Amino acid sequence: MEQLQTGDRVNCNYGGTLFNGTYITDRDGKAVIKLDSGYNIGVGRETCRFLERPVPVRRPEISAVQDDSLPCLSIISTGGTIASRIDYRTGAVTSQFDAGDILRAIPGLSGIARYRTTQLYTILSENMTPAIWQELATAVYKEINDGATGVMVTHGTDTMTFSSAAVSFMVDTPVPVIFVGSQRSADRPSSDNTMNALCSATAAVSPLGEVAVVMHESTSDDRCAIHRATRVRKMHTSRRDAFQSIGIPPLGYVDYPSLDVNLSPEAVKRGSCEPAIRPALDESCRLLYFYPGMPPSALPDAGTLHGLVLAGTGLGHVSTEWIPFLKSLADEGTVIMMTSQCLNGRVCDRVYDTGRDLLKIGVIEGADTLPEVALVKLMWVLGNEKDPDKQRLLLSSSLIGECTRRSRHGL
Amino acid sequence: MDYEKIGLLAGIEIHQQLDTKEKLFCRCPTLLRKSGEHTGEYHRYLRATESEMGEIDGAAREEMKRERKFTYYTYDSTCLVENDEEPPAPLNQEALLLSLTIAKMFGMTPIEQVNVMRKLVIDGSNTSGFQRTALVAVHGTLPNGGRIETLCLEEEAAQRVEGETFSVDRLGIPLVEITTSPCMHTPEEVREMAGYLGMVLRSTGKVKRGLGTIRQDVNISIKGGARIEVKGVQELDLVADVVKREAQRQQNLILIRDQLISRGASVQPGPVDVTTLFAGTGSAILKKAKMILAVRLNGFSGLVGTEVQPGRRLGTEMSDYAKICGVGGIFHTDELPAYGITQNEVESLHRTLGTDENDCIVLVAATPKQAHCAAMQVIKRARFALDGVPEETRKMLPEGNSAYMRPLPGAARMYPETDVLPVNVGPSTWDCIALPELLTVRAHRFSTELALDEGLARQIAFSERLPLFERSIAETINPTLAASTILMTLKEIQRDGADISMISDDLFIEVLHAVELGKAAKEAIPEILKMIAKGAGSGEAIKKCAPAVSRDQLHAIITKIVDERAVFVREKGNAALAPLMGVVMAEVRGSSDGKVVSELLRKEIARVSTSR
Repeated sequence: MEQLQTGDRVNCNYGGTLFNGTYITDRDGKAVIKLDSGYNIGVGRETCRFLERPVPVRRPEISAVQDDSLPCLSIISTGGTIASRIDYRTGAVTSQFDAGDILRAIPGLSGIARYRTTQLYTILSENMTPAIWQELATAVYKEINDGATGVMVTHGTDTMTFSSAAVSFMVDTPVPVIFVGSQRSADRPSSDNTMNALCSATAAVSPLGEVAVVMHESTSDDRCAIHRATRVRKMHTSRRDAFQSIGIPPLGYVDYPSLDVNLSPEAVKRGSCEPAIRPALDESCRLLYFYPGMPPSALPDAGTLHGLVLAGTGLGHVSTEWIPFLKSLADEGTVIMMTSQCLNGRVCDRVYDTGRDLLKIGVIEGADTLPEVALVKLMWVLGNEKDPDKQRLLLSSSLIGECTRRSRHGL
Repeated sequence: MDYEKIGLLAGIEIHQQLDTKEKLFCRCPTLLRKSGEHTGEYHRYLRATESEMGEIDGAAREEMKRERKFTYYTYDSTCLVENDEEPPAPLNQEALLLSLTIAKMFGMTPIEQVNVMRKLVIDGSNTSGFQRTALVAVHGTLPNGGRIETLCLEEEAAQRVEGETFSVDRLGIPLVEITTSPCMHTPEEVREMAGYLGMVLRSTGKVKRGLGTIRQDVNISIKGGARIEVKGVQELDLVADVVKREAQRQQNLILIRDQLISRGASVQPGPVDVTTLFAGTGSAILKKAKMILAVRLNGFSGLVGTEVQPGRRLGTEMSDYAKICGVGGIFHTDELPAYGITQNEVESLHRTLGTDENDCIVLVAATPKQAHCAAMQVIKRARFALDGVPEETRKMLPEGNSAYMRPLPGAARMYPETDVLPVNVGPSTWDCIALPELLTVRAHRFSTELALDEGLARQIAFSERLPLFERSIAETINPTLAASTILMTLKEIQRDGADISMISDDLFIEVLHAVELGKAAKEAIPEILKMIAKGAGSGEAIKKCAPAVSRDQLHAIITKIVDERAVFVREKGNAALAPLMGVVMAEVRGSSDGKVVSELLRKEIARVSTSR
C-alpha cells in the first residue's frame, strides 16, 4: 500500500459504492477521506486507492488597499484569531497575519484606519509568560513612539486580562492600547471577531488614552464595552460577553454597526501623558487561592518567595492556623497582599480577629484589586522599587485605576 | 405526458426529525414551543467566511447580497449551545443508534468512523452560521431497485417565526437525511418511493410525527434540462405534482431557449439609468423609487411574459432572482402598459434605449444599491434563459409550483466540526442493532393474528397512537374495541372540542377495562372520555356518565317504560323495539350495554304484547 499524503486524490471502494475524495489524515487507525460531496468519513486504509498527488495551488497574494488619509493603527498579534483561516487538511484554524490577511478577513477595518502589523507570537494564551508580557509591552511602547494613533493587541481570551494589566503597569500611554480577542472561533459565520475587531479599531482611534479591553457587551451583536485593563475579568468560559468590568462601570461603549463611541467622563483621555516604559518584573511572586483546610505546607518556601498574593475568603481571610506561617514568611521579607475570592467588594481585615492578626504580621490589604491584577502589580512593584516602605505605599494605593478609593453602591 | 420520452429523472432527499429525548449536540429536550412563550431574544449578524478551499461558496455569496440582522427567540427549554455560546456536547448516542437502525433497515453499510462536519448555512436558520451534519451510512436499496446513496445525521435548523426572526427551540433536534439516486422515472414512482421511505422511518416508532417533522426535497431533471432541487415539500400528496410541474417548467424553458436562439436574442451587459425618464410618471412605485434601472433584452419580446408553470412566467423567474437583493419585484414591457405606466412611457423608453417591439425591457426601481444588484440579477437570469434551464435550489409554492431560492450548493460548504470528536462504529455496535418490524408487516400481522379488519389493521399500524394500541392488547383488551376507540372515538370527541391530550394512556386503558368488565356500556365511552379530557379521573367519569345499573334495576326500568307505553307497544309489536331502545338508553345514560338492553326489552315487549 502506497503511503498517502494529505491532499492526495484517492478513490475509495466502500459499501459497494466507489467514492472519489481527498486523503486528509489517519485518525484512530482509520483513513479520513474528504469525499467530493464535502463529507469526511473514516474508513479502513485498505479501501482507498491512490489516484494522484495534485500540485498544490498557491493562494493568490491579495495586497491590501490602504487609505493613506486615515489614521495609522498598529496591530500586534500574539496568536489571536482575528484573521485565522481553516486548514482544510487538518481542520485546524491557523492564524495568518499580515495587513492583507486581516483586511481580507474583516473588510470593514479598511474604512476605519490604515494598519501596520507585527506578529509577535502565535501561541495559546495559557502559554503566555511574564517574559512575553515584557516583550509585548516593549512592542507596544515602540509602536506608540513610532507615532501610531492607537495600538490593537490581538490575544487569546483566557489570560488576556493578565497581559492587559501587565502592559497597563509597564507602559505610560498617551494613545489607546486596545486588547481584543474572540470567544467564538473565527471560522464560523457568527464569530464575534468581526464586531470585536471593528469596535476595537474604532476605540483605538477614539479620544481614549489608556489600556483597555474591548469585547462584546452582551450576547447580541449590538455593542462592545470598553473595559479598563486592570478592572476587567473573564467571567464566563464561552459566552461572547464573558468580559466584565468588576466594581466599576465600563469606560465606554462602541455601538455596532454604527461604530459610535461613547466614553465615560472617568476614561483617561488621549494625550494625558508622555510615553514611558518600565518593563521590569520580579517573577518570584505567587498567587494562592485559599480553601478551608488548606494546609500551610501549600505555602512556598520563604527563601525563594519575594511576594505573595492571597485570594482569601470573604473580607480577606485565611485560617488562623496560617497566621504563624505567614508571619515567618513576612519576617523573612516576603511582601504579602490580601485580595478576596469574592471579586466584588473590598478587603477589610479590621473586622474579625483573623483579619486583625493578618494586619499585625504585615499583610497589605489589596482594597478592591482583583487577585490576578494584584499578582501582576506585585511583580511590577517589586521589580521596579526596592525600598520596602515605598513598595508598601505603592501597593496600597491606586497607580492606574487598578483599585478604587470608594466602593460604588451601583444603585 | 410521456415521461420516458422527455427523460425524466428524479431522486428524493428526505429529512425526518427523530424523537429522541435530547437534542443532537446538547442536552436540551427535543421540545417544540409556541413562539409567544419565548423568554429572551438576541440579535446577530452572519457573514460568509472563507471555506477551507479559500473560496466563498456561491450559495453563501448570494445570501450575503443583503445585510441582514437576525433575531433569535430563546426558551427555558433551550441552552447556550443553541445560542452558539457554548461548544457542542458529544454526538447524541441515542440519535446515532437510531440513525444506524434506519440505515440497517435499508440494507446500508455504516461508516466505520463517523466525522461531524460544519455545513455553511448563512440564511439565519443556524445561529452559528453552519449546520452540523455527519455521513453515517452509504449504499442502500429501494423496492424499485433504485439506490439510497447516503444517510446523514444532522441537526435541525431554527424555525423562522417571521421575516428575519427565528425560534431556537427546533434548532438541534436530530434529523436523518436520506438521499436516493436519481432512480425514479415518473411522478407517481417518486410519490410511491417517498411513501415507502416514510413508512420505514415510522416503523422505528422513534421519529417525530405531524406537519413539518418530515420534509422531502426532490431532485428533478429532464433531457436537455438541468438538475433542480425543490426544497421543503411537506405533504406526500404534493410530491407527484411538484415533479409534474418541474418537468413542465423545464420543457417550457427549453422551448423558450430554442425560440431565443432562432431569433438571435441577446442580453445587454449593463443596465441603463432611466430615473429621469419617469420624473413625471403616474406609477406610484416608480415615483417612490430613488433609482430606476432598465435592462435591455434584445429579441426577448413576448417570451418574458410566457408561462413556464401555471401562473408563473419567465418574468417571474427573473423577479425571483431580483428579490434576492431585497426589491419587491420587477416590471417588464411584455406586461406593460400597466401598473400606472403608460403606453407613451413605454414608447419613450424604447426610443431612449434604442430598442423596439422585438425587444423586452425590464425595469427595477429601488435604492441605487438595491437597483444595481437587482438589475445584475435580472441580467444573470436572462443569460441563463439563452442556455435553457439553470441549476438551482428552488422552494415549493402552493399547488406544486416552485420559485428560485439560491444556486445549487457546492462541496465548498463543508469543513470539519473540530469541537466534536469522531465516533467509531464497530461491528459490535452494528451487529447488536435489532431491526424493528415494518409497519406493513405489522398491519398484516394485526389482521391475521388479531382478526382485525384489514383497513383498521393498516390504519392502527400506521397511526401515531400505535403504542397505545399495543399496550391495550397486551392488557387483553379486545383489539377491535381498542383500535376503533383510538382511531374513531378519540378523533370524534376531539372534533367536538375535547382536549384529548388530557387523556393519558393509563386513563384510556382503565376506561376500556371498565367497558369489558361490564361496568360501563360501550355507548358511554365518548362521554366518559370527554369528562376525562376536562380533567376528571376515570372512576369519577364512569360514575357520572355510566352509573352502575344492576340487571334487576335495569329490568325494573325497562318494565316501567314498557308498561307506560303499553298501548304503543301492543300497536307496534316488535317494531316498538327501536324507538324504545332510545328511551331506555337515555334513561340509563350509557351505564348498560346496548346488547343487554335490547335482550330485556325484547322480552318485555313480548310480555306486554301477549298480555292482551
